[in-house]
Amino acid sequence: MERQNNLIVRYRPGDRFIHWVVAVSFILAGLGGLAMYHPMFVPLSALFGGGPWTRASHPWIGLVVFVFFAALAIRFCRDNKLTAGDRKWLSQIGDVVANHEERLPEVGRYNAGQKVLFWVMLITLVLLLLSGLVMWYGYFALDFSLGMRRLAADVHAISAFVLIIGIIVHIYASFWVKGSVRSMTRGTVTPAWAKQHHAAWYREISKGGAA
Amino acid sequence: MALQSLDIKRRSATTMPPPSIRKTADVAKLIDISKCIGCKACQAACLEWNDLHEAVGINVGSYQNPPDLTPESWTLMRFSEVEVPRDGTGEPELAWLIRKDGCMHCAEPGCLEACPAPGAIVQYSNGIVDFQEENCIGCGYCITGCPFNIPRISKRDRKAYKCTLCSDRVAVGLEPACIKACPTQALVFGTKDDMKRHAEDRVAELKERGFATAAVYDPSGVGGTHVMYVLQYGDAELYQGLPRNPRVSPMVKLWKGIFKPVSVALMGLAVVVGFLHYVTVGPNEVKEEKAGQPGAPRN
Repeated sequence: MERQNNLIVRYRPGDRFIHWVVAVSFILAGLGGLAMYHPMFVPLSALFGGGPWTRASHPWIGLVVFVFFAALAIRFCRDNKLTAGDRKWLSQIGDVVANHEERLPEVGRYNAGQKVLFWVMLITLVLLLLSGLVMWYGYFALDFSLGMRRLAADVHAISAFVLIIGIIVHIYASFWVKGSVRSMTRGTVTPAWAKQHHAAWYREISKGGAA
Repeated sequence: MALQSLDIKRRSATTMPPPSIRKTADVAKLIDISKCIGCKACQAACLEWNDLHEAVGINVGSYQNPPDLTPESWTLMRFSEVEVPRDGTGEPELAWLIRKDGCMHCAEPGCLEACPAPGAIVQYSNGIVDFQEENCIGCGYCITGCPFNIPRISKRDRKAYKCTLCSDRVAVGLEPACIKACPTQALVFGTKDDMKRHAEDRVAELKERGFATAAVYDPSGVGGTHVMYVLQYGDAELYQGLPRNPRVSPMVKLWKGIFKPVSVALMGLAVVVGFLHYVTVGPNEVKEEKAGQPGAPRN
């Protein structure tokens, strides 16, 4: 196992770099999208230099989100396969939110909540990309029928809503489970953190690192 | 604030009512297709009054030119030859139909409902639906919302354009430029009530002359329109695909209707639930840090 001063490396610099490119570009795409979604968010368009700039920049920022998330997905998908233990974990969601972690089945590198979020993000981002291309009047929209463009507007709004809810949960979870933010900023977690939250992963890397 | 004669009834992406204590008379343009000779004076007058310049086009096999509405051509004579059942016998006969196409100025405009830019689309209390291009962000949602496929986005400035019903002329008591130019009175303009009466009279005349199916086109699916047609053959579909029952698409209604406020409320709720969870259940901290190891890392 890779260690730094007795700490376990959870995310390497490459993972962290890509994660934060996705995070920042997602926030920007989200703010710009909300500005064009509901009148109460229109003031957010000032962040981008006004309405036309918000409209013009949004698709490009969205592409950055998609491309970098795809890179992240390639790196992380192997550890995000759902297992029988994950189903049990999800069925005990009450214990999860009540901080009764000791009652839950052992968790590997990712818990079931993280895995579900991973797939939700992947699916919604694919839908956002496809519907976004259909709605992109600068380039593609006129190649699609009006019916397709109307459907794309629905798909784009619904996917964005699901994704934003998912990200709110993601950000809150990192704040709620202490020691998590550090894993994505400095890359490391303490052995106790790994043992408590990801016992199966801890055992696996300890085995590998013992040699 | 708009001119007094053009008080605003609805404003895009605006949830509170605009100043609306005054009510002006609804206006309407009536296009009597049975009287149209296809001279295109209306098309030329539109370009001239609005100081627009359509590029020189190519012949696409009919008098129709340009082939479609453009950011410059806000009205277009659509030409088609169709077979219609002859009166009495039901035998098909050839009809040369010419429809002046352009914004219908719906009472319930799909473009305005779909528009995300505050004040980019307004509906005056006289019923005219007008684009205010300086507020337009160029997203194209108006096109998505329109049941008649009217707005066009200019490649030059990425703004959406369409017929204004000459709101600038109407504001000072003039008729729209196309009305002024029409040599056969196929185009007439006045209050909506007067135009409806006139249309009914015309339909009665046409019926007397043997057009048994003649009808007024003032579709209720969009709350009625401030541009109406007299259709001598009645069936809207005969006229270059004019929709029989136009309405704002249910997909647009879902997106801009119930889903929008509900989804925003749920996003806010998710944040509130997170906060309440933190202050009630509390954080999930690492329970056993061994001595000699770095302390529990803080966020």
